[in-house]
Amino acid sequence: MIEAKNVYFTYPNDVEALKGVSLTIKNGEFVAIMGENGAGKTTLVKHFNGLLKPTTGTVHIDGVNTTKVSVATLARNVGFVFQNPDHQLFSETVEEEIAFALKNFGFKEKIIKRRLTWALNLLDLTKYRKTSPFMLSGGERKRVALASVLAWNPKILMLDEPTIGQDYRQKEKLLQFILQMKAQRKTVIIVTHDVEFVAECSPRILLMRKGRIVADGEARKVLTNPEILTQASIVPPQITQIFLQLSDFQLPKEVIDVYKAREKLLNLLEAKAK
Amino acid sequence: MSVFDGLKFRRVYSPIHNLDPRIKFIYVCAIFVAAIIFWELLPLIILFLIQVPFVILAGVQRQWLRSMRGAAFLATIIFSTNFIFSFIGAGYVDPAYYLEYASAMTLRFIVLIESFSVFFLTTSPDHLGLALEQTRIPYEFCFAFTTAVRFVPVLAEEAQTIMDAQKARGLELERGNFLKRIRNYIPILIPLIVSAIRRSLELAEAMESRAWGATENRTNLYVLKMHRGDFVLIAVTILILAVAIYIRLFFGIPSLNELLGSFS
Ligand SMILES: Nc1ncnc2c1ncn2[C@@H]1O[C@H](COP(=O)(O)OP(=O)(O)OP(=O)(O)O)[C@@H](O)[C@H]1O
Ligand SMILES: [Mg+2]
Repeated sequence: MIEAKNVYFTYPNDVEALKGVSLTIKNGEFVAIMGENGAGKTTLVKHFNGLLKPTTGTVHIDGVNTTKVSVATLARNVGFVFQNPDHQLFSETVEEEIAFALKNFGFKEKIIKRRLTWALNLLDLTKYRKTSPFMLSGGERKRVALASVLAWNPKILMLDEPTIGQDYRQKEKLLQFILQMKAQRKTVIIVTHDVEFVAECSPRILLMRKGRIVADGEARKVLTNPEILTQASIVPPQITQIFLQLSDFQLPKEVIDVYKAREKLLNLLEAKAK
Repeated sequence: MSVFDGLKFRRVYSPIHNLDPRIKFIYVCAIFVAAIIFWELLPLIILFLIQVPFVILAGVQRQWLRSMRGAAFLATIIFSTNFIFSFIGAGYVDPAYYLEYASAMTLRFIVLIESFSVFFLTTSPDHLGLALEQTRIPYEFCFAFTTAVRFVPVLAEEAQTIMDAQKARGLELERGNFLKRIRNYIPILIPLIVSAIRRSLELAEAMESRAWGATENRTNLYVLKMHRGDFVLIAVTILILAVAIYIRLFFGIPSLNELLGSFS
């Protein structure tokens, strides 16, 4: 469980990036943090694995105050995949890259092998096993970075912009994977600007603006509220835009997924036909 | 990364900031030479103190102090290796003398860092580029140089992010013995170097796509001119250098040990 109480954070250059953030994320929750550029999303999630410590306020992970333990200790339970994969790739082969964290955490050789195969498979990287990560495309490098964190199977997984540069098939797999994590009661936190992706997986949404949380709720409620979204520089998903435009036809406004939309529109058409 | 903070230019104005970068550079070189020709502690202390007024006049005390603190780690290494090896080499005699020797070597390093730090803290990259161009160095080189200087803080920031990313994967920099600790930096250095190279290639492509080097004869909007302050600095520089060389050639410099010894 993640508990942040009244967190303020100021960078050394006097930029106040967080201004009183309080939140609780329970085990097994799936959360998307959204908001304009520079809203403080990355700054916030860096507090959850202890990379940043609050200037004032407190952050507790499973009851442990993040100021009391090292990042490496927290990282065992809190995996964080950075926005830019080039900030972490350094090994000669993809395989070694993924094994790096496992070795740091002192896993046994046999377990390392098993987790490695599992992670390579999961992210479609088996064919690049012996390739240098630097030779891969941007999207593939992003996947290697993801695999290198998933490999140690942390209880809480945080992904900063996981969908950037990924094609549809990979996004779909990522979605499947997140749902799988959810089924295992793991906490998943994604930071993203990808409204359509969020609409598809329908998590709890934390909307940030200028270092504060301005909305917190189900995707269906937050993504269909144009006033809040405009504030945070987000456009509603296309499906929602259609339903907002069609509000004259007594259609519900809170629609974010295609299946629900289809159902509602068919109902409308049937009613018209009669 | 605080060493880099001491090289980061901030856009403020002071008599020192307004000096011609060419002259400032000559001044730095003079201090450099003076620091090299002395290996006694006393003159190095004086060289160190000479620059304090510059720092204060420029109003960059805070950043300067930070860069000094950043240099402390290297300084400690220089001090201990110098002391240990010279002391052992001499056969464990006269520790006071070797302490002074090691301090002098360390202070020499600090003086070099100090003068460079003052130079970079008070000289904007644009100014520096201008200075280079007006010394008739080909524009390509000037550009490469100013870009390199400009990217130092970016690189420092990136190093911080990389460190964070690796810590998030369980890397503990302070773990293990001395050798292991050095090895711990590999996962940080490689991404840093690779992304710097990648960035430079991307920068080159982006610049060429925007028609870099299309005009044969570049002209500058601003032209550097010497002012009164610059002449004063030249005079100061020549004075320091002349005095330093004169003292070096014609005086024996007493060691601090001897001076203190003669009091007691
Ligand atoms: N290392 C840093 N040093 C100083 N200021 C920083 C640093 N990192 C971020 N900031 C500032 O803190 C604020 C919040 O930045 P943050 O990276 O958390 O935004 P973000 O919501 O993740 O944005 P994006 O959507 O662009 O990733 C911004 O104003 C930014 O300029
Ligand atoms: Mg961010």
